[in-house]
Amino acid sequence: MKAFSYERIDDAAQAAARAFEVPGSKFIAGGTNLLDLMKHEIEVPAHLIDINGTGLDDIVATDEGGLRIGALVSNTALGADERIKRDYPVLSRALFAGASSQLRNKASTGGNLLQRTRCPYFYDPAMPCNKREPGAGCAALDDGADTRQLGVIGTSDHCIATHPSDMAVALRVLDAEVETVSPEGQTRRLTLDEFYALPGDTPEVENALEPGEIITGVVLPAPVGGRQRYYKVRDRASYAFALVSVALIETDDGKGRVALGGVAPKPWRREDADAELGNGAEAVMAKLLDGARPTEENAYKLTLAERTLAALLAKE
Amino acid sequence: MDFNQSADENLFDHARIIGKPHTRVDGALKVTGTAPYAYERHNVAENPLVGYPLGSSIAKGRITRMDATAARSAEGVAAVITALDIDELPRADSNVAKLFGGEWVEHYHQAIAVVIADTLEQARAATRLIEVEYEEIPGEFDLDDAWKRLQDRDVVSHVGDVDAAFDSAEFTLDETYHTASHSHAMMEPHATIADWCDGKNMTLWTSNQMIEWTRQALATTFELDADNIRLESPYIGGGFGGKLWLRADAVLAALGSRETGRPVKVALPRPFIFNNATHRSGTVQRLRIAANKDGRITAFDHSAISHTLPGGSGEDAVNQTRCFYAGENRRVAHHAIDMNLPESADMRAPGEATGLAVLEIAMDEMAEKLGMDPVEFRILNDTQVNPEEPSKRYSDRHFVECLQKGAETFGWAARNTTPGGKREGQWLIGQGMAGAYRGSPTLDSGARVRLSEGRLIVETDMTDIGTGSYTIIAQTAAETMGLEMRDVDVRLGNSAYPSASGSGGQMGAASSTAGVYAACVALQGEITKRLGVESARFENGQVVSGDKSVALRDVAQGEELVGEDSLHFGDFKDELEIGTFGAHFVEVAVNAYTGETRLRRMLSVCDAGRILNPITARSQVLGGMTMSIGAALTESLNVDTARGFFPNHDLAGYEIAVHADIPDMEVIFLDTQDGASTPLKAKGVGELGICGGAAAVANAMYNATGIRLRDYPLTLDRMLDRLPGA
Ligand SMILES: Cc1cc2nc3c(=O)[nH]c(=O)nc-3n(C[C@H](O)[C@H](O)[C@H](O)COP(=O)(O)OP(=O)(O)OC[C@H]3O[C@@H](n4cnc5c(N)ncnc54)[C@H](O)[C@@H]3O)c2cc1C
Ligand code: SF4
Repeated sequence: MKAFSYERIDDAAQAAARAFEVPGSKFIAGGTNLLDLMKHEIEVPAHLIDINGTGLDDIVATDEGGLRIGALVSNTALGADERIKRDYPVLSRALFAGASSQLRNKASTGGNLLQRTRCPYFYDPAMPCNKREPGAGCAALDDGADTRQLGVIGTSDHCIATHPSDMAVALRVLDAEVETVSPEGQTRRLTLDEFYALPGDTPEVENALEPGEIITGVVLPAPVGGRQRYYKVRDRASYAFALVSVALIETDDGKGRVALGGVAPKPWRREDADAELGNGAEAVMAKLLDGARPTEENAYKLTLAERTLAALLAKE
Repeated sequence: MDFNQSADENLFDHARIIGKPHTRVDGALKVTGTAPYAYERHNVAENPLVGYPLGSSIAKGRITRMDATAARSAEGVAAVITALDIDELPRADSNVAKLFGGEWVEHYHQAIAVVIADTLEQARAATRLIEVEYEEIPGEFDLDDAWKRLQDRDVVSHVGDVDAAFDSAEFTLDETYHTASHSHAMMEPHATIADWCDGKNMTLWTSNQMIEWTRQALATTFELDADNIRLESPYIGGGFGGKLWLRADAVLAALGSRETGRPVKVALPRPFIFNNATHRSGTVQRLRIAANKDGRITAFDHSAISHTLPGGSGEDAVNQTRCFYAGENRRVAHHAIDMNLPESADMRAPGEATGLAVLEIAMDEMAEKLGMDPVEFRILNDTQVNPEEPSKRYSDRHFVECLQKGAETFGWAARNTTPGGKREGQWLIGQGMAGAYRGSPTLDSGARVRLSEGRLIVETDMTDIGTGSYTIIAQTAAETMGLEMRDVDVRLGNSAYPSASGSGGQMGAASSTAGVYAACVALQGEITKRLGVESARFENGQVVSGDKSVALRDVAQGEELVGEDSLHFGDFKDELEIGTFGAHFVEVAVNAYTGETRLRRMLSVCDAGRILNPITARSQVLGGMTMSIGAALTESLNVDTARGFFPNHDLAGYEIAVHADIPDMEVIFLDTQDGASTPLKAKGVGELGICGGAAAVANAMYNATGIRLRDYPLTLDRMLDRLPGA
């Protein structure tokens, strides 16, 4: 871990301004991802701005009938919130499918969105990784690499890593928006699709945040109802990232929405695939996974995604 | 004390304390966090510095340049020692990989430098400032390639005429299987505080299963007189064979201490557990079985390969096939291939854990071919002699009773026998079983007991790696001396104490308690001599001879009486097969759509001689069963065959079983005693639980799905296409 300076700022806009002003700044919320990465010197912030005092830790109703979740609401509090459990159960289920209870107690909503990939080569500083060190090359793309957990779609010739969050997959299927404040104090909202970037030839750029910009919250639109499910498939029964996960909302009119985790650099959803839900899992995946480029080792994820959706759609 | 013939009826057959359920005597220390583990022994060495290792980033080659200038001038850094600063350290016989020094790199994350600093953070940060250049040499990392290339297998043994037996057999099986490489992945990493400040006398507070081996290895490595080396390892946060050896933590801490003149502590960072320390090699195995239609096996032909660094012996997966089941013709071959992966070495039940994972699937397949129940098939092929050497009989073998008891308790008779034939909603339900076998060797073991004012102190360099050694040793001493558990203090893991078996190869419990018994008998001799009597009984805290009775508290009149002895195991044991046996029964649910496999219940029945303490023994078997579930379903050190290392080198990527994976588990011990093993008639049990368990899971999965998997771990991607779904 490199030496760094540290301060607490209790106002989001001021924190953003300060982050813009001090080179090498990073926000720290729960620290459950950032500190691990700092120990490996994968993240080397010169200055940490602790935002735990910003008061962004409540969940309030919006005028549109939805909810606004503060960026510092913990994963535990969010998953256990009565309104979330009742009106957005897919989100509650996704949260409780993630990490462990200790981690969820510390993990924040904003930090969860920004957690970094679990690609094993990203985590090993001795390995070439374009995401960690732009232009260094990608160890995961070499013949013989361990790619079983890595991405099958939305990837590029520079990076095939996935985004590991469960929460974000549920937020994507719920059409949530990320709310931010810029160093100049300007607020904006981005859909999850707009928020996350695909790797292309700049895998180090993972989202649309501008320098200093801080996440203040996540806004959920009015409840959509329907049958909401989150199915996370992993090798062991708990405490593992998804091989594939499926967030599903089926509404009474036979329509619905589906998003995938564990397959792409961001929660994966296509509205034209949603439209196929009435035609079964195969039809949905034909659209949703169109253009997939799996490795030999992770091609099973295509089958698994389809079968997991089929399991959710099956009436048994 | 010499143990030259099987034990007759003795005090342990009428025991008060041995064989009874005593909770761990060290339990309170552990749950209160006060048991002194190596890295946190803050009171043993004044103001230690902290060392952090740098690992090689290539698998094979030569270091051409190292520049530690920036690291040396970094804040808080007291010293940097690079591999180029010193010659390659001499290697002890027990070490295969080189631990430090010199330009050559043999495997990824070989330690190539250590930074010594005031704090861990400073040391760690400074390692990143060391510049290293290499000349890389292509290495070999792919076991499957080696297997394909391999023509002549090293035949370990061949009895009868295997080829003829296969030619004439009515039923044959011939399949190839894979097991993955495994990491011990124990909770506590290798860790050492070293005080070698004067470059002469070395003291290590460390975490090590084998005190005397390691003291000798240190003597060789540092060209010291072993008498100048002291080791303490009283508490060990898991070992599983990973801490049998001298490893880089101790070497780097010692070098750092000599260099700085200060005590230095080093813990291996978690990724080093996977790529710097040892692991269990993966295997490729081909297994052929021939049988007549009555179900009798006529031949086994088992060959396997594993990887090793030059000079090592790999993972011998064929050993149990030589003796576990009957059959006149048998051939086994094992090839340890030199490869440039980290050092493969012993891990819990080396050989049997991987060999039985395969043999016991093959037995299931063979039973099916024969149309026999897999339990019946095993019973029919039981043997009471070593089939390779029929003059050698099993000292005490109750495998058949394990199978019968297990089948009855589990409800085996009621199971669905049509693979894929039982479904509950989206889940396919299956049951499977497997046999378990593990040898039960013993090693000469010594101890010293000191009696003072009615309290007994037991000292031996035996270790407790979480197994319960403290407790069973206290039980043995209390039993023998006629004392209560509360009268006995046990001190372990110190090179100042008499040498015992250490913890490995499931030898520890049987061997070390026998040594403690010998020492107690020596003390009894001292006491009777002191009292001037021929013989005496030791009961209720009293020495009783004829009508004379003296309290043990009073025999020495304020002095300390000492008994010290070793138990020497005689050659008569070589004429016998001494082993432990078991049967596992498993029920699984496999998701018909996704292939997720979840255990529902598991039962293991064990025949392991006298169970010294059913609580600690049960924990050992449960731990073994749990590890076998990990081996079956999730554990794999994935090999990057391009770069030659295990990339999933943390506890997120290397998936050991977690609580949610472990369902209802039941352990039953048969009430057996093996007088040929030790005076206590006890055998090992620490490794039996892992043997065969993985195959029981595999067989249950087959019963659930009708899909036969032969490659571990049995992950969903291997069967997804073939599952029924709806
Ligand atoms: C062992 C383990 C297992 C895990 N398993 C899972 C799992 O199964 N599923 C899953 O989804 N997750 C899992 N996680 C990840 C976990 O969910 C994240 O670590 C956590 O959500 C991060 O939140 P945090 O508040 O601790 O973020 P931090 O570590 O504090 O921050 C993470 C990043 O977000 C930035 N950041 C934080 N808050 C803001 C803000 N308001 N505005 C702008 N930037 C901000 C930080 O600068 C940093 O770059 C696991 C983590 C661990 C350690
Ligand atoms: S896949 Fe992406 S994160 Fe992984 S090594 Fe390649 S560039 Fe790095």
